[in-house]
Amino acid sequence: MTQPRREVLEKLTPVLTKRWLSPDAWKIDVYERLDGYAALKKALDVHPDDLIQLVKDSGLRGRGGAGFPTGLKWGFIPQGDGKPHYLVVNADEGEPGTCKDLPLMTYDPHSLVEGIIIASYAIRANQAFIYIRGEAVHAARRLRSAVKQAYAKGYLGTNILGSGFDLDLVVHSGAGAYICGEETALLDSLEGFRGQPRLRPPFPAIAGLYASPTVVNNVGTIASVPYIVLGGADWWKSMGTEKSTGPMIYSLSGRIQNPGQYECGLGITLRELIELAGGMKPGHNLKFWTPGGSSTPLLTAEHIDTPMDFEGVAAQGSLLGTTAMQIFSDQDCPVYATWRWLEFYHHESCGKCTPCREGNYWMVRTYRRILSGEGTHADLDTLLDTANNIFGRSFCGLGDGAATPVMATLNHFKQDYLDYIEGRTAPRLSAKSLVGAH
Amino acid sequence: MSDTAIEFSPAAAPLAATLLGPALEIIARYPEGRSRSALLPLLHLVQTEEGYVSPNGVAFCAEVLGINKAQVGAVATFYTMYKRKPTGEYLVSVCTNTLCNMMGGQEVYDRLIEHLGVGNGHTTPDGQITVEHAECLAACDYAPVVTVNYDFAVDEATPEATIDMVEQLRKGERPVPSRGARVCSLKEMQHQLAGFADERDGAVADGPAGVPTLRGVNLADQHGIAVPNFNLDAPITKTKPAPREEAAQPGAKGKVATIAEKATDAVKSAAGAVKSAAQRGDNAGKPTHAGDAKDPEVRTAEQRNPTMGEPDKTGDATATAPTPTNPAEASGVAQNQPAGDGKPVADSRGNEVEK
Repeated sequence: MTQPRREVLEKLTPVLTKRWLSPDAWKIDVYERLDGYAALKKALDVHPDDLIQLVKDSGLRGRGGAGFPTGLKWGFIPQGDGKPHYLVVNADEGEPGTCKDLPLMTYDPHSLVEGIIIASYAIRANQAFIYIRGEAVHAARRLRSAVKQAYAKGYLGTNILGSGFDLDLVVHSGAGAYICGEETALLDSLEGFRGQPRLRPPFPAIAGLYASPTVVNNVGTIASVPYIVLGGADWWKSMGTEKSTGPMIYSLSGRIQNPGQYECGLGITLRELIELAGGMKPGHNLKFWTPGGSSTPLLTAEHIDTPMDFEGVAAQGSLLGTTAMQIFSDQDCPVYATWRWLEFYHHESCGKCTPCREGNYWMVRTYRRILSGEGTHADLDTLLDTANNIFGRSFCGLGDGAATPVMATLNHFKQDYLDYIEGRTAPRLSAKSLVGAH
Repeated sequence: MSDTAIEFSPAAAPLAATLLGPALEIIARYPEGRSRSALLPLLHLVQTEEGYVSPNGVAFCAEVLGINKAQVGAVATFYTMYKRKPTGEYLVSVCTNTLCNMMGGQEVYDRLIEHLGVGNGHTTPDGQITVEHAECLAACDYAPVVTVNYDFAVDEATPEATIDMVEQLRKGERPVPSRGARVCSLKEMQHQLAGFADERDGAVADGPAGVPTLRGVNLADQHGIAVPNFNLDAPITKTKPAPREEAAQPGAKGKVATIAEKATDAVKSAAGAVKSAAQRGDNAGKPTHAGDAKDPEVRTAEQRNPTMGEPDKTGDATATAPTPTNPAEASGVAQNQPAGDGKPVADSRGNEVEK
């Protein structure tokens, strides 16, 4: 493997990942020695409105995929409305390819807890929840331990550090439903219902958890807050691009030498990231990749120099998403990959709206037929038609996410489909999986 | 809402004998009147005893929360981690989502299924291993991955390594997982999922960070790369005093009393003052979205779930019922207490006892 060049190495920005190098950073005394809870003390000396302004000035945008400006979201919470406010952290990491929040919560849980306390103080919430994916058991273990330690030290509970501010924090484990990563489905799930998305408006900022003003933020967003409070908005903006500020944890997986988590300023390119990751695996050439999980339209080798920030990826007709880059090579079949993603969306569709529930059901069957060597040319039209009827017509983003790999692969790799249909590629699935396909 | 005086049906009573204590502890975590939020952890709790969400478990959850069994069942069947038939001592999940699949996860799964001779979601005859294929487990940099009771057990899994690990489990050994805590039984894991701490000595400390997780930060460390100009004391622009500073000022002007004592009182009173000013909507000059209690968005929310804003009415079986106007209707209503979602409680406690 080749060593990355110095100028590429200098694009690394270890901020949120830095404490991962300290194996005991999950313990509160170690965390405190590593600047832990210093941001909280600083924040409590500032008026909540000034904190919201600070986060606005930093340009911090949501790390969960949509990239909504965080300070703006906090500012939407009506103050003085006499209602309880809530902060809910979306730790339901499940977007295929995404693996940045789990290590953060496992190896540096206090940074999330500290961020929660500061954010709750800013939006004037006295109750916060971490909705963590059920399967993330070790991260939950560390978080629960961190919360307990924070209570014991007076960082949580009543009159935090003598400020008169009270906060309770509950770690709530989910039970295995991808849809609960959608913020309104998450709120329904947290209220003890099936996790199905709600119609918006009202947005959670007005009527979220228990019909009260609620901020829902991703783990990475909230964990960024202590660094902004400590280092200031200008320092934060020294990383990333003008409109996409700060560092971002890029999760690289697939056909590269060294898959892993690489924290860099927003705007780095895939070419540079692959260089950091030691290049492609021998014998593999980049064919297609997801910029931010499988719900973002996949890109091809020609997009390798796209700046990986919110604007750059959008300009290529895709989305930055969770910066989960799954890298596939010329030895991977895009038709097979899309089928497998669709099996996932089909399984995870909550069933609330018809386009997503029925559309995925039929697309999966069409894919099975094509991959079994029984496909017809009309199947391609059916797929495109179905995908177009799901996209933009579903209740939430899950439907759009399911339709995009179909549309993207039909757009970029139609020949691969034709090769199955016209018998040039050997079938990948056996006839038994065809039951119900016709 | 729920107190210790709940009368449990015969179906729920045996579970209540062991689970009522922890169940009330779970309910107490959530805000007053929001007990339904405890349903997900309660279902995990049921699995600590039953190994799956049993009919008795559904009855227990319904009775402890004061909702009906259909409401509990609707939730229990929605989520993958609530099992609908008894599970083994260990749940082995192989990720077969696209990336793991193409990196070899499908082969791992196929070989494991063949080796164990059971299908997806089934348990080996010795009651030891339940096997399933899972969707993305959020560890793609270790693809393909295998978990045991949801803890990462085998990274960059091969069929051989996975079968070897499973065989150790079946022999009663407890192999060390790659990145999770030491192995426990699935029922013990459910206790943690219900929100209780892992009491095992050292378990929280288990699970070192793997190489892929640390690759980026190690690379930066090796080459001495850090983000420059990080100054812990970077000033924050202040346009108004912080609540606690505001509170401290009268303390400073005071005559004799110890500053600390006075400051504490002042913090409290100022916090109260801020709160009451806030309640009046006294926010001159500030952009605010508050004020209109009948904001169209709020109105929509109320229409969606009329009892949502009031405590204890989220799907509660005691939501206001219409008053019957004739005897036949009255007896019908008496037998079919309306649930919060307007559906009759077909499986009410009374009917069950008669059976």
